[in-house]
Amino acid sequence: MTQAERQQWDVVVVGAGGAGLRAAIEARERGARTAVICKSLFGKAHTVMAEGGIAASMGNANAGDNWQVHFRDTMRGGKFLNQWRMAELHAREAPDRVWELETWGALFDRTKDGRISQRNFGGHEYPRLAHVGDRTGLELIRTLQQKIVSLQQEDFRDCGDYEARLKVFQECTVTRVLKDDEGRVGGTFCYERESGRFFVLEAPAVVLATGGIGKSFKVTSNSWEYTGDGHALALLAGARLVNMEFVQFHPTGMVWPPSVKGILVTESVRGDGGVLRNSDGERFMFDYVPDVFKDKYAESEEEGDRWYEDPDNNRRPPELLPRDEVARAINSEVKAGRGSPHGGVFLDVSTRMPAETIRRRLPSMYHQFKELADVDITAEPMEVGPTCHYVMGGVAVESDTAEAIGVPGLFAAGEVAGGMHGSNRLGGNSLSDLLVFGRRAGLYAARYASGPAARTPVPDAQVRAAAAEALRPFSGADAGGRAENPYTLHQELQQTMNDLVGIIRREEEMRQALRKLAELRLRARGAGVEGHRQFNPGWHLALDLRNMLLVSECVARAALERTESRGGHTREDRPAMERAWRRVNLLCRIADPDSDEGQIALERTTTEPIRSDLLSLFDKEELVKYLAEEELYE
Amino acid sequence: MTGYDASFRVWRGDPDGGALKDFTVEVNEGEVVLDIIHRLQATQAPDLAVRWNCKAGKCGSCSAEINGRPRLMCMTRMSVFSREEVVTVTPLRAFPVVRDLVTDVSFNYEKAREVPSFVPPPGVAPDEYRMQQIDVERSQEFRKCIECFLCQDTCHVVRDHEENKTAFAGPRFLMRIAELDMHPLDAAEESGLDRKRTAQEDHGLGYCNITKCCTEVCPEQIRITDNALIPLKERAVDRKYDPLVWLGDKITRRRS
Repeated sequence: MTQAERQQWDVVVVGAGGAGLRAAIEARERGARTAVICKSLFGKAHTVMAEGGIAASMGNANAGDNWQVHFRDTMRGGKFLNQWRMAELHAREAPDRVWELETWGALFDRTKDGRISQRNFGGHEYPRLAHVGDRTGLELIRTLQQKIVSLQQEDFRDCGDYEARLKVFQECTVTRVLKDDEGRVGGTFCYERESGRFFVLEAPAVVLATGGIGKSFKVTSNSWEYTGDGHALALLAGARLVNMEFVQFHPTGMVWPPSVKGILVTESVRGDGGVLRNSDGERFMFDYVPDVFKDKYAESEEEGDRWYEDPDNNRRPPELLPRDEVARAINSEVKAGRGSPHGGVFLDVSTRMPAETIRRRLPSMYHQFKELADVDITAEPMEVGPTCHYVMGGVAVESDTAEAIGVPGLFAAGEVAGGMHGSNRLGGNSLSDLLVFGRRAGLYAARYASGPAARTPVPDAQVRAAAAEALRPFSGADAGGRAENPYTLHQELQQTMNDLVGIIRREEEMRQALRKLAELRLRARGAGVEGHRQFNPGWHLALDLRNMLLVSECVARAALERTESRGGHTREDRPAMERAWRRVNLLCRIADPDSDEGQIALERTTTEPIRSDLLSLFDKEELVKYLAEEELYE
Repeated sequence: MTGYDASFRVWRGDPDGGALKDFTVEVNEGEVVLDIIHRLQATQAPDLAVRWNCKAGKCGSCSAEINGRPRLMCMTRMSVFSREEVVTVTPLRAFPVVRDLVTDVSFNYEKAREVPSFVPPPGVAPDEYRMQQIDVERSQEFRKCIECFLCQDTCHVVRDHEENKTAFAGPRFLMRIAELDMHPLDAAEESGLDRKRTAQEDHGLGYCNITKCCTEVCPEQIRITDNALIPLKERAVDRKYDPLVWLGDKITRRRS
């Protein structure tokens, strides 16, 4: 077996989306020599697909906005399951993180007085999303990418080497977080996708910023990279995953043609005035406003329509409820036989805005429907339905430092981290989360790396084990001598998760899913690939399967355990939100790898009480709907 | 439309050489070329190398040449071809092949590093940036770029002239210079950096003879030539020294 080359860095950031790049910028500016490693080309990460905007209470569109209002909206959206300290830090720091982007060259859409324009979005009380048309994620990733280039230019001027202090290893995959003999983080085991060559990045601090898990589901808005790598790396390194039962199904994905099913239709369509209708032409969302939100949403179409012009004296239309509510409503309408021809509902802007306005405000959507579905959204409605979009669950971290609980030297930020969004994320809170906690992870990783943590090399045995694991698919035949096709396994996994642990869940189906996952896990050990290690997609997929199977089991196991419905977890057999479950977090950890029970064990924890000054931001009548008796009187 | 079997010819090989390989493969309603490439991977050629990511026309990863034309595979619908037509998919010609449809695009990342970055205006606090929509729109058009590098691939200055690569940044990065030059708050000039001059002297603006090939292949429909390159040329040199600017005016009949 070939020897893996070793390189020494201070901080290794896994993932080059918004969180990873923001972490890398911070770590490098704090003096840490920083390596970023990503599966795609630099600048292609899934963040580019974010459309609507970055939530930050700058108050440019409505001076009534401030961090407390943003905090309140975030907690309501997450049905009070959020790690409240994360939600607080997020709401407080988001404006600074957005303004800072302008100093790095970002160009947001403007208000009349020249400030950053802010748009309405589901669950946000005021217009709050800084945006660039409907391509905000692209602006974010490009700005961070260009900031990294500018730091590299500084280093080139100083020492003649662009990559002396900040280097991007693009099209490389990390398969293991390595640890030293003391159990501290020691680096990552990686391979180059282009050549298949193995290498080790040794560093005392590793930041996971790998995004989500959507590729375990069949209908998803997520790109191929979203195979739960960071979630799995953290589990395997001894960390816990929290809130994994909460998976967000975005209410509006494309439903036709089949090959594009799941591609995102931005929430801005509704934020800017688009409405949902069923096959009878009814704006059905008025029938689906849940009790906890009754007094905050319009009761008639007239009131909802007036709100766009006069938000102070009218309530918002129910199309702008949090995503979990809208997705469930669409699901119910389709089930009741009031769906569109291709099994979705109608989303219409054509009767709500002039064609020119639609093309200007929603250029990507106009383009996407025209090119992929032959639909002109300025003249006819879109057909949309729920699509797997985001996982609220992730690595359990310390709120302030983003350090994984129980694994010194391991940090996580962005979608791979859990807790911030509770049971359901509000639109626009993802891009702000990336920036706020990406920066924090970079800051504390750099601080940790410069601290007293001794740098002992990763033991050879670990590197050899990681290499052997990565090569297994080339000798993949099982005892029967037959190799499993990784593409087939992946399709079966996606179908299983979609059908059995999807938007509406039932106990028996989740048990069935766990049995199927156990079978797939056994078969995946026999996954075999043809060809050699050079840019071999079959091999890459065979390795990603380990991660997808791990996170899928976390989702299924936690979903089976939580016997209530809340946010992104809806159980047909347990339809009510139970106040007793509010304080309960389910933590997933690795079980005995060869256990017949599965690979994941669950632990229950009780969350810390919400700090009293934060609780006092809410009315007592509202808190009664969420909090258990004893919490109210503490 | 029901499913049918299409004839595909896909280039397979590596830096040592390769050839077009014929496949017969199922096509269903609404599919794009990338769907067909994925079906080949799943059923006939598991190690077929292809770069892709979002499959929604937003990331610019799946660039290739389809029947000789640079395009995104995820945004090329099969319905643009007749059922009888053979669809030929080859890697981007201007960049070295890594394997099959994957090319080494590092040229672009090297050029990106050579363009001086945004210079923030001194003394303006982060929350004090004030710009009018009409003033940011010009640069915003260029920031729609998804870096698919189709313009870099098609530009004849480098497409068949490897020797020009050192001196020429290509349309994407000349457009980046134009974007920064038109940024309302970029303080390059105050810091002693003349972006127009560097475009001409360091990044090969003069090589561009505005044939608009880049604009034609841009999947974001950015008017690279008209809105970025020609204005940059105008700013870069006095008109009488660049006949192409004069010619450009004639061709596009822009307002003065």
